[in-house]
Amino acid sequence: MADYAVAKTLDYKGLACPMPVVKISQQIGTVAVGEVIEVHTTDPGSLADFPAWAKTMGHAILETKQEPGLIKIFVKRQK
Amino acid sequence: MSIDVDKAIADIKAKVDCLPGAENKLTMVVLSGDLDKHLAAMIIATGAAAMGMKVVLFFTFWGTAALRAPNKKVNGKTFMGKMFGMMLPKGRNKLTLSQMNMGGMGTAMLKGLMKKKNVASLDQLYDVAGQLAVKIYVCEMSMDLMGMKKEEMIDYPDLEVCGVATMLAHAKESAIQFFI
Repeated sequence: MADYAVAKTLDYKGLACPMPVVKISQQIGTVAVGEVIEVHTTDPGSLADFPAWAKTMGHAILETKQEPGLIKIFVKRQK
Repeated sequence: MSIDVDKAIADIKAKVDCLPGAENKLTMVVLSGDLDKHLAAMIIATGAAAMGMKVVLFFTFWGTAALRAPNKKVNGKTFMGKMFGMMLPKGRNKLTLSQMNMGGMGTAMLKGLMKKKNVASLDQLYDVAGQLAVKIYVCEMSMDLMGMKKEEMIDYPDLEVCGVATMLAHAKESAIQFFI
């Protein structure tokens, strides 16, 4: 299932709307194009917000994992 | 019969580029002076900026009070100006809810809840907005009517006084226009 390497893990736990999307937009540039960032968040709104943000900004959400009390989102920088 | 495809495409492109609302921009008029409405406005503004949009805010009427700096003193106001100055909230942290304010209790409860759930406060949202180059315009007429001066406004990276035409020019070329 996971055939990509995570370049960076970012901890957004405890942040609420709009901060997770604001932060990923600021930090996507810290990895190279083609690299994957693993985001940890507790904000349920991010489940919808990250795909919307990615679609608008031209990046990809590779995977979303939901664990008790934690959501992991894998974002690939595509440009 | 054949058409010159390249020319046709160039013509269409020229037309599309001139369409109103073509720019990836959001213009919002903030007329309200309520805390809930300002929170919504700033969350939308910072969210839009995070999604790559240019964001322009236009504070007018009751909204201008939110831009007052709590620690700045301004002299030379007329009597009416001083009255307005006393009656209007002195800055964004003095705004109250549009409903269920309950003499200030509702506002205090909401602020407490927000802090507990780590929801961004107006202070944090303004910080982020500044970092994301959200532009703030203040309505000159509102300031004039209510006796407010530019010197008493907050320090913000991109804040300018203007009139309605400036706002409309931005609104016309924006993909999204909001009024709160």
